[in-house]
Amino acid sequence: MADQILNKIYVKVWRQNSPKAKGRFETYTVENVSQGSSFLEMIDILNDKLILDGKDPIAFDHDCREGICGMCSMYINGHAHGPDTEVTTCQLHMRKFHEGQTIVIEPWRSAAFPVIKDLMVDRSAFEKIQQAGGYVSVNTGGVPDGNTILIRQEDAEEAMDAAACIGCGACVATCKNSSAMLFVAAKVSQFAKLPQGKIEAKKRAKAMVAKMDELGFGNCTNTGACEMACPKSISIAHIARLNREYLTARFSD
Amino acid sequence: MSSFLSASIGRKFLMSLTGLFLVSFLCIHLTLNLFLTFDDSGDLFNQAAHFMATNPFIRVMEPLLALGFVIHIIWSGLITLDNMRARPQKYAYGDSLLSWWAPSKNMFILGALVLTFLVIHIMNFWVKMKLTGDPLLTNVTVGGVEMHNAYALVSALFRNPLYDLIYVLGGILVGLHISHGFWSAFQTIGLSNQIWISRLKTVAVTIGVVFGVGFSYIPLYFLIKF
Repeated sequence: MADQILNKIYVKVWRQNSPKAKGRFETYTVENVSQGSSFLEMIDILNDKLILDGKDPIAFDHDCREGICGMCSMYINGHAHGPDTEVTTCQLHMRKFHEGQTIVIEPWRSAAFPVIKDLMVDRSAFEKIQQAGGYVSVNTGGVPDGNTILIRQEDAEEAMDAAACIGCGACVATCKNSSAMLFVAAKVSQFAKLPQGKIEAKKRAKAMVAKMDELGFGNCTNTGACEMACPKSISIAHIARLNREYLTARFSD
Repeated sequence: MSSFLSASIGRKFLMSLTGLFLVSFLCIHLTLNLFLTFDDSGDLFNQAAHFMATNPFIRVMEPLLALGFVIHIIWSGLITLDNMRARPQKYAYGDSLLSWWAPSKNMFILGALVLTFLVIHIMNFWVKMKLTGDPLLTNVTVGGVEMHNAYALVSALFRNPLYDLIYVLGGILVGLHISHGFWSAFQTIGLSNQIWISRLKTVAVTIGVVFGVGFSYIPLYFLIKF
């Protein structure tokens, strides 16, 4: 079936010239958008029109456009990454919207993610948390033969599920407290389940939580909104593991 | 240790422990209160109240309970303030992943309402029984032991429909608060995983319903019966 054409939609988007500038919403009309196009392609079409009109195009983060880089951060109609589930904004299709609809686009809103321009936010807070302990620094040697390090299937699966986190920040954007617990939990969990990561597990949990607190993220109140918004469906069961890792690390000091 | 109690997980750990402690108190409280509905002469409830007032273990636990409430309330304020600071600019379009009434989203408001109820509740009973006394609070002799007629105080209060309404609401609010708080506490302590998360959620909702229905049943019993 051929894709339908949306004759006219309205895009109400957050415009902010610089980090310190006062932002405002502006509404644009976009015409003749195929429902088969992606959401970012619709923004591209709008930006083309803005450039032709001699206006400043909308600044937004994007890179791979296949759902693995985690760059496209847009809060669309009250949902991080838009109304679809388990997708990033770049994987969202215009068929999720209807003729004449007004689409509201906002940047991630969090004290820890300041707006740089329009829809771009500074997510270097996540890098800082990673730098605090999201790595393995023990010498794991060369490439081992298959199955020399035995790992239970369940552990490997859970570690892989956690490692699916692309660090997009939808959890922080969605959480009513702007908590980064799902992100930190995923980064701690992906190592905590594997032998190479267990050696530094205690140090890692403490350092990453301390950095998270320092950067101004809120406290987790277990609402579970983060896992609903997560494009990779990372479970809040990982948050329970992070809590366990952190508490055992603190109490064994 | 002070750094632990100011860290995000440390503070929530304290909320969880005090919360579970308060749930254990509510279990005893509800059990004893249900005696009100088993024996309309009031003897059974008076004996239970007398036991609680004189039992040395309960006497020791009373200040601990107060401390539990104080810590739970103060830390909830600290955490909520912190959470509000984490998002200085709100979304224009809000969020709709969780429904507006979801207890998990409204724990602070539910807690504040429960606290308001608690103040009324303490004024109604604890203050009269322990401090000021009340004309209704005469002494009765049950099984050869002299004790306060706490039953008279309760049954008189519950003849007022306004108080019945307040107590029914109080019961429902506590139930809603616990329907999220109970499993959330286990999650924060780290005693949860992929399998147990749904089990704990079911247990939490069950406990919430038991508390909600149980505490609301007592004033309704008095309202309908008398």
